[in-house]
Amino acid sequence: MGDYIITTNPNRCIACHACEIACKSEKNIPLEATLGKIVVLGPKMVNGKPKMSSVFVPCFHCEKAWCLEACPTEAIRRREKDGLVYIIESLCVGCKACIMACPWHIPQWNSETGKAIKCDLCMDRIDQGLEPACVSVCPTDALSFGRPEELSDKTREAYAHGLLERNLSATSVRL
Amino acid sequence: MKKHINTLCFMCSVRCPIQVEVENEQVISIRGNPHVPAMKGGVCPKGVAAVAALNDTQRIQSPLIRTGERGSGQWKRVSWEDALDYTADRCKAIFDTYGAKSAVYCERANLISDISKSFQKAIGSPNHFTHDTVCKGSINTACRSMIGYTDGQINADWTHAKHVVLYGRNVFESVEIKAMNSFMAALEKGTKLTYIDPRVTITAAKAHDYKMIRPGGDLAFNYALMNVIIKEKLYDAPYVKRWVEGFNELSRFVDPYTPEWAEKETGIPAAEIVSLAREVSRVKPAVVFHYGYRGSHHPTEVYFRRSILILNALMGSIESKGGLFIKKGLKDAGYKAGLRTFSSQKFPEMEDKRRFDGCGQDKFPIADPAHGVGFMFPHAVIHEDPYPIKVLFAFRYDPLLSNPDYNTNLKALQKLDLIVASDVNFGATTALADVILPESFFLERSDPLQMGSGLKPAINRRIACVRPRFDTKPMWWIVKQLADRLGVGQYFPYDTAEDIWKYQLADLDIKIEDFDETGFVSLSDKAIWWDRNDGINFKTPSGKIEVVSDLMESHGIPSLPAYQPLDRQPDAFRLMCGRCVAHTNVMTQNNLYLNHLVPENRLWINERRAEELRIADGDRIEVASGAGKGEMRAFVTDLIHPEAAFMLHGFGHKEIDSKRSYGKGVADALLQERLYDRIGGSPALDHTWITVKKL
Repeated sequence: MGDYIITTNPNRCIACHACEIACKSEKNIPLEATLGKIVVLGPKMVNGKPKMSSVFVPCFHCEKAWCLEACPTEAIRRREKDGLVYIIESLCVGCKACIMACPWHIPQWNSETGKAIKCDLCMDRIDQGLEPACVSVCPTDALSFGRPEELSDKTREAYAHGLLERNLSATSVRL
Repeated sequence: MKKHINTLCFMCSVRCPIQVEVENEQVISIRGNPHVPAMKGGVCPKGVAAVAALNDTQRIQSPLIRTGERGSGQWKRVSWEDALDYTADRCKAIFDTYGAKSAVYCERANLISDISKSFQKAIGSPNHFTHDTVCKGSINTACRSMIGYTDGQINADWTHAKHVVLYGRNVFESVEIKAMNSFMAALEKGTKLTYIDPRVTITAAKAHDYKMIRPGGDLAFNYALMNVIIKEKLYDAPYVKRWVEGFNELSRFVDPYTPEWAEKETGIPAAEIVSLAREVSRVKPAVVFHYGYRGSHHPTEVYFRRSILILNALMGSIESKGGLFIKKGLKDAGYKAGLRTFSSQKFPEMEDKRRFDGCGQDKFPIADPAHGVGFMFPHAVIHEDPYPIKVLFAFRYDPLLSNPDYNTNLKALQKLDLIVASDVNFGATTALADVILPESFFLERSDPLQMGSGLKPAINRRIACVRPRFDTKPMWWIVKQLADRLGVGQYFPYDTAEDIWKYQLADLDIKIEDFDETGFVSLSDKAIWWDRNDGINFKTPSGKIEVVSDLMESHGIPSLPAYQPLDRQPDAFRLMCGRCVAHTNVMTQNNLYLNHLVPENRLWINERRAEELRIADGDRIEVASGAGKGEMRAFVTDLIHPEAAFMLHGFGHKEIDSKRSYGKGVADALLQERLYDRIGGSPALDHTWITVKKL
């Protein structure tokens, strides 16, 4: 995912799809195309209890990007500074080679323009210091955007703080 | 030039504080107001989809007068002048014969309700009702009967609760963002959630304990919880002694309602009822048994809602941290006055004060006239009881599709001489109107200030973010124009939204500019709690929580009537209705994105029952009740109780101008029979038996 990563906290996700709608609405994407997709399993009964889980799947911005290599017109490029893979619309001839080449078929078809479109992690927003639209709209903070090292720090700290908190209160009860 | 404007959403009735990014009169994005931390900067799918709603060319684009049959979709575009003159002239002719009381005004309670109510008072009609009557009439009545406040005047302290029990209150799909996020943070810190519903929802999937209760079994379940709590002395004894009126009567009353008895009625094992009673008691008073909303609307609803409040009373959790609290307003925050209202002006005496619904009068003596009993509207029209009703102002509200028994509602609407509708989109009632006065979308209009009562009270402002896309107007302008033409314009002393704000703030030392930076004016930095040992201001005659209620007993209504067992119809299904995250009521089904997300409703039926009927998932089925029948698709699942069937509310639109939602799914209103809670005033939305067969 270039230099970035989007993670999903399935406990917080309520499967509301605001992430997908913000992408379509704010990036002017046709209704049928979903660039970043929230994939939800459930609710379903597991051992008599209702459970659900979800994961957000945007473009991975692969290091070896099949779409980029398949593009015959060099419309798909990689941004030097952070590795994001994007399409230059004016160079796309609508051959769909990228869609076929991508193992996840991540590039989508814009039937209104006859060109391929794909998630660029909202490069324009990142450049303004903002999070991608999908992440920033999430009403429950189920999606997080950042650099992998930052996320790792945050997760470790949150988990460890919880543990330490419990340790402290357990001690105070014993006292 | 980009602008960021803080305003209030209105894609649903929650009205979340939002920030709207605008450039060249286009809305670029909508997010949570960053000055309100609990919004976490986000909005729900409906909030994001507001941009599509704003720019939708299927909106009502100008005033319209009907030219074809009602519902034919044949309209003549007219000027505002012509539309308003037409409306007023028709009203005058009708009022000359039948009086102004022949006009009923209904609306979705909102920021201009004060002005709407003033309009009815000014023209001399006692007939006003709100949508609240459908969803929560009985909750309102239950609350007033016990604590003297309406449900709108209390809330749950989601942040500090240690155990929350929800009865079909689907918090993670109804998405009141601030409350939901506070609760989610609490869950992460160890708060327990028990969710009780015949159907699995997203909220059920987030719960620690989910109980698939028999539909309608909630009241029996609660009586058994009380039985255990009282027998095992698990209640908050000092609180009960200080604040609860009628505890001895309650003890005697619940004595026969043992967990073993309730097991038969609810399908929930007795041992689970006992363990829940013990578990919640351990963390009292930081316990919330939530009193609303959706789910379990039955003819005895007022007693079910009262039973929830009684459980809170036993836990000592009313006006306790982590429990329920009574919302605080300007006076609690030290201000001498409140927002000035238009409806408190002195209006001419009405010649006939009898309401169409008998609310607060003969038919529903203890239901709340502030919201009325809208369910009675068709009865009043068809039977001319208590007198002929000729005019309906349906302002941003759709009684045809929102109230049970569509066919009877339709018959009543067809009988009217004049339907005046005001809305942003074509709804079912709007499509039948004689004249449409289109309202500007919430992003295009400023509205009266909102009193945001709560632990930390604030005043909130909705302000126009962009110019109207089409020839539409704010409702306060429309109402004033009608009032002018009916000779009562003097009660609406304003020309602009700023005039209204100044009027509202006249008794306060708060200026309009104070709202500019954040969109609200905070009235208290810290949460205002009353002293739970001695300072709770219950507004009942006794000043206590009245398990034995003066309001009820003084009207000859028993506070604790014996439990009536639920009936059984082994070949039928008990129809339940409810919500999903994508849609609000009957208003959003035609939205570009929300329609795409959830385009139609299906009937949820249990897989075992479906197998008996040879119905497979996705099959087309006929659904029928005593009120009507329709065709839809089946959702066959193990996520619903065998005795229940469920469908999303708000589908089955037949207005031809709303092209995306037209003909999709079935209206729950079509099947719901005219069953209702005769005391509380709510329709019994979840009580109709339906039959299902494969087509």
